[in-house]
Amino acid sequence: MSAVTGQVMPAARRRGTAASGGGRLPRALHPVAWWVWACALATAASRTSNPLLLLLIFAVVGVVVTARRTDAPWARGYRFYLGMALAVIVIRVIFRVVFESGVTPGDLILFRLPSIPTPAWYAGVQIGGPVSLQAVASATLDGARLACLLCCVGAANTLANPKRALRVLPGALYELGVAVTVALSVAPQLVESVQRVRRARRLRGTSGRGPRALRAIAIPVLHDSLERSLQLAAGMDSRGYGRTGSATPASRRLTATLMLAGLAGLCIGAYGLLAATLPHAVGIGGFAAGAALCVAGLALGGRRVSRSRYRPDPWRWPEWAVVSCGLASAVVLCLSTGYDPASLNPGLYPLQWPSLPLLPAAAILVSALAALAAPPPPAATGAGG
Amino acid sequence: MILFDHVGVTYDGATAPVLRDVRLDVEEGELCLVIGHTGSGKSTLLAAINGLVPHFTGGTLTGRVLAGGRDTARFRPRELADVVGVVGQDPLAGFVTDTVEEELAYTMEQLAVDPAAMRARLEETLDLLGIAGLRHRALRTLSGGQQQRVAIGAAMTAHPRILVLDEPTSALDPASAEDVLAAITRLVHDLGVTVVLAEHRLERVLPYADRVAWLPGDGTVTAGDPAAVLSLAAVAPPVVELGRLAGWDPLPLSVRDARRRAPQLRRQLPGTPPVSHRSARTDRDAPPALTACGIVVRYGPLIAVRGVDLTLRRGESTALMGRNGSGKSSLLWAVQGSGRRSAGSVSVAGAAADPAKLPPAGARRLVGLVPQTPADLLYLDTVAAELAQADRDARDARDARGRSAGARDSSAGTGASGEAVTARAILDDIAPGISPRMHPRDLSAGQQLALVLAVQLAAAPAVILLDEPTRGLDYRAKAGLAGTLDRLAARGHAIVVATHDVEFATRSCDRVVVMAEGEIVTDGPAATALTASPTFAPQVAKILAPLPYLTVAQVAAALDPVPAP
Repeated sequence: MSAVTGQVMPAARRRGTAASGGGRLPRALHPVAWWVWACALATAASRTSNPLLLLLIFAVVGVVVTARRTDAPWARGYRFYLGMALAVIVIRVIFRVVFESGVTPGDLILFRLPSIPTPAWYAGVQIGGPVSLQAVASATLDGARLACLLCCVGAANTLANPKRALRVLPGALYELGVAVTVALSVAPQLVESVQRVRRARRLRGTSGRGPRALRAIAIPVLHDSLERSLQLAAGMDSRGYGRTGSATPASRRLTATLMLAGLAGLCIGAYGLLAATLPHAVGIGGFAAGAALCVAGLALGGRRVSRSRYRPDPWRWPEWAVVSCGLASAVVLCLSTGYDPASLNPGLYPLQWPSLPLLPAAAILVSALAALAAPPPPAATGAGG
Repeated sequence: MILFDHVGVTYDGATAPVLRDVRLDVEEGELCLVIGHTGSGKSTLLAAINGLVPHFTGGTLTGRVLAGGRDTARFRPRELADVVGVVGQDPLAGFVTDTVEEELAYTMEQLAVDPAAMRARLEETLDLLGIAGLRHRALRTLSGGQQQRVAIGAAMTAHPRILVLDEPTSALDPASAEDVLAAITRLVHDLGVTVVLAEHRLERVLPYADRVAWLPGDGTVTAGDPAAVLSLAAVAPPVVELGRLAGWDPLPLSVRDARRRAPQLRRQLPGTPPVSHRSARTDRDAPPALTACGIVVRYGPLIAVRGVDLTLRRGESTALMGRNGSGKSSLLWAVQGSGRRSAGSVSVAGAAADPAKLPPAGARRLVGLVPQTPADLLYLDTVAAELAQADRDARDARDARGRSAGARDSSAGTGASGEAVTARAILDDIAPGISPRMHPRDLSAGQQLALVLAVQLAAAPAVILLDEPTRGLDYRAKAGLAGTLDRLAARGHAIVVATHDVEFATRSCDRVVVMAEGEIVTDGPAATALTASPTFAPQVAKILAPLPYLTVAQVAAALDPVPAP
């Protein structure tokens, strides 16, 4: 009897979560959708220094992460990103207070730090001196913008399993994905073997430090990992790794050239789009050319690979919805039409309460709809232990 | 199914071939058991089946190896992945992904199996190996036996017709080993997979083997009917040895076979064995060498050892048994003083201080511990350098103690063997013939263990603790270790061996301590503790119960007038 209730309970709970997510079955959203969404929000954040908009982005990211993260090991790291974001703001403010004064007559002086005279050849930097409210505010806003970018990246990492994200790499980059996956799993093994060897070393009575101790730990650990990697290589070979991915050297070279040129194009394009010092046309042109070259390279490289994928993540309407929610904010903040562009970067002279531009605020709020558009995450699976 | 046609293998730089003129024909659906000592070429033979030898390892292969009709000279291991599945000794080292489901799918992804078929096959495999409940678990969090079953499953999802397993249970405790072997026999019986298996625990697999391939060590292979091959082979479990002694023909391969033949033998044997199960004499009134009181070890919420009291006597060897995670290792490390100890005290006879309160160099003069992976202690390039370092460490520790002796008790801890002996002399005594120029990593598991034991004994501790020393040792190496422990006990060392191996405990221990959930549940003389429960008894005791015989040697002594065949 108790066994029966035991089975009914989780089912009921699952139905409960499903209902809150619009009656859909829990599943993991495609990792690429989360990454696009987060990158779009990051782009939006980089366009503004309006504290209200930045706070809004923080809030949106926080809401979506809380609503849609799982309890897998990688999803527990969001707190770490928040801490890092806070540290960025604090460090930025401290640096501004200590090193950079440049007080203008209109500034509101908060307090004065004892000033340390610097030699003449180092005149550009002043240590200590008066600290103005404007300086602190501008440092806080700068820091907050960086912190916002950090939180967006953190959110993507939290919401999408990083290893699953690697699995969507196109066929041509499969080897790279495997290498990264293996490297990720080697790190904890290495830590474990260092601990084991350190413990064992006490048994030989050598507790000293210095080069001899380092050698006594490093040699067994390296031996260990070398042996293990040989075993892994043998295992992968006998399990069919690299079975038919035999490309000719010429085609491999062509793929590499295409990819490199494409990546360079993408970099130029990204710089042109974001920096606002280059004409937009250069950015868009570079981006398009780079993307085309990359696609060609990947298609060429992936043509000779025959491999199938177990349970690939589907791309359905929730993925489209999440991606467009994110892109909405990026597009609105980049286009600067329909509202006063100055309100994105309010001036600090005179110091005044910033106004909230309606259209960008609405666009950022739309990004929060991702929390509803995404299906509820799968129930705890014990993936962590 | 598998055909070795006049096969010879020579590794690059080696003077002698590992295998020569091997002729072996394994038929479809057979379970072929490969036996032989460490270093006799078992792994080479197995790796040649899917072409890892010579494609991956290098070396020269002469003759022809056909696996499922494909010549390994023309097909690389990856092209044989759909015919031959391979499972290694350490499953964790071979895992590519990090969850059970992805690991099972990995081979199929490489073989470009259709996604729908992949789903179906994966579900079948989960059921076949009884790991459906683990499907979403992270591989690192599984127990050794579960990991090994996942590794077998990952090989089986490709539907290979041949499965090759190289000592799949050597690193497992008996219960996990049993699970793995049960899974393997199910594959043989239900699916008709051809299985080639190298295994040290012969007593477990032998009853299921259709064919045994014996590698005597000179590069040749003798294959044939299990009973026939085992009557020749030097490697044999106690049940076979008893069969040979009693002259049973054909040889019994399982306890059940032997038990059915045993009534006649039981009538011949006297009611009490004429000799003890151990050649070494045990003095029950010997002075205690180490007394541990109320040892508690806890790691956060987990209590590994729960208030254990233990007294070790000089010249007594104790087997510490119990399932994985029952606290054996934690207890040994806590007693030695290098591991965590949350409460309790240890006093060593003749020493003023608890080893945990001494610096590591002082603690090892009182209690020596050989850890589960002995190679962790070795870091120099040659055996000679390791031994010289051990002598230097021992001398430094002696000098340090000499200086402080006046301040404390002058009678502080004389090593059981009295005056200092060089590590080389100790090593030659334990395992003669190890070249000083060898690299410690090139030694076999048994030789590495001997080297580490010699290093630890150089400090002349009165108490020696060994954590799972029999892991990966073959019968010959185990017999060598048992002899060493006998000699150490005779010299007055107190010895504790944590082990899963009932036969080894029977052969080399006077006393058995069984732990469960951090507590001692049984503590008594080996003869009574080991025969108390049928599951825990050595094979000879199972066959001859209710007679209290434990070893073949005892039976031989009782039958003395009857000449052994």
